[in-house]
Amino acid sequence: MTINPKAMLAAAVVLLAGTLASPGQAMDQLDAPETMTIGALANLYRPVPFSHVRHTKLARCKDCHHHTTGQQDMDPNCSRCHAYSPEASIVACKDCHTQKQFYPEQVTAGDHRNLYHIDKPGLKGAYHLNCVPCHAKKNAPSDCEGCHALTDAGKQFFHLNSQAAGKAQPAKGRDNHAR
Amino acid sequence: MNQLIDRRGFLRGSLAASTAATTSLAKNTEAASFEGYPNAMGVLVDLSRCVGCRSCEAACNKEQRLPAPEKPFTDFSVFDELHHGQKRRTDETRYTVVNRYEIPGRKHPLFRKIQCNHCQEPACLTSCFVNAYTKTPEGAVIYNADVCVGCRTCMVACPFYIPAFRYSSAFHPRIMKCIFCYDTRLTKGLPPACVEACPQEALTFGRRSDLVTMGKQRIRENPGAYVDHIYGEHEAGGTAWMYLSPAPFEQVGFDTSVPKEPILNYVKDFLSIVPMVLTIWPALFAGFHLLAARKDKRAQLNKNEEEV
Repeated sequence: MTINPKAMLAAAVVLLAGTLASPGQAMDQLDAPETMTIGALANLYRPVPFSHVRHTKLARCKDCHHHTTGQQDMDPNCSRCHAYSPEASIVACKDCHTQKQFYPEQVTAGDHRNLYHIDKPGLKGAYHLNCVPCHAKKNAPSDCEGCHALTDAGKQFFHLNSQAAGKAQPAKGRDNHAR
Repeated sequence: MNQLIDRRGFLRGSLAASTAATTSLAKNTEAASFEGYPNAMGVLVDLSRCVGCRSCEAACNKEQRLPAPEKPFTDFSVFDELHHGQKRRTDETRYTVVNRYEIPGRKHPLFRKIQCNHCQEPACLTSCFVNAYTKTPEGAVIYNADVCVGCRTCMVACPFYIPAFRYSSAFHPRIMKCIFCYDTRLTKGLPPACVEACPQEALTFGRRSDLVTMGKQRIRENPGAYVDHIYGEHEAGGTAWMYLSPAPFEQVGFDTSVPKEPILNYVKDFLSIVPMVLTIWPALFAGFHLLAARKDKRAQLNKNEEEV
């Protein structure tokens, strides 16, 4: 068996990076990126330009990142296990919350799934369930297009650009449902 | 004349036999209750999460290739619509509909999505005399337009008023209702289109048994956030689509008088007697007729003998 030197280097970098992130010490907002684009799910809506700096002034890290940034007091349901969890190597939403939700790998293939995270939302759910209530409370935009504008695909999906939007027309000619 | 059996004896015996047959059949049906397919899928709808964006309606329209809507799905004035004093219902152009409910004492309204609830023991299926409906092991209640005769008994039988009829088509009239995206998604293990479209994850897709557990966990872990009840766990004998609500269910448009047992149970005992009636009664009453006729025949015979 030969060891690929490139793979060795990559492994070393990964290990080194792991040690560099100072353990035992909570992250603070200075560790965070200033701005980022939330675009992994963009399809019907455009990607969301997200000012992380601005949000760190309005909310605490744990309000969005749970226990992963090393802050302690949180949802009592989480602190049953995570009361003393140190900051984690994973803090990005998409690294825990899956982009595809309710697919067989989450629903039926889960014989060995994590017992305590059975109701973990997918990525889209995680964003909206976290952002919308706070936006509503702080009078920030809480309508759909307040955060992300519709794409052309989105406009078609919601039948916004259909000039025929005036009358519900029964399907003409072909019967979509006949066998 | 030496009779093997007299009329009284025959009557007594046949009555006893038919009573015995009736009671034994009726007893059998009690044991034959259906608990649902073990790995059937379902959806848990959490009304506390729904924001009324109507994405599910748009997704359903696209997936099922339904006709274009009257107003775009981003138009929220539909929540104010009243048809004959009722909020919007499912019809031939829409398999699912979201309605808004103002709850006294709550700052924000609640929204409820309706669609076929895919009962474990569907009333539409049991009411259909040509077997146009099927409850699949995956949990969907599907419909076959090829055998349907258009009697619309299923529309009367459904406790949730879901099946709609395509009156607009003279040549292809048929029942129109949610089929849980059975052919395009459910059979491939995928969540229905509405569930995938929901931004709030107000719709959770999974094994029905897992969803009951999950619903109870949400109620337990968020004290005061929900009414301690999962609508559909037992309603109409259990449904694949179930609901959690932060407000009393009757305030969000649910019919809380729907019985906790399958609608079929109201007629099961009666229906079980029907085959017996069809097999035993003809023989029984033919016997009566023969006995009665024999007397007349003998009288006729005697009369003839006297004449001779």
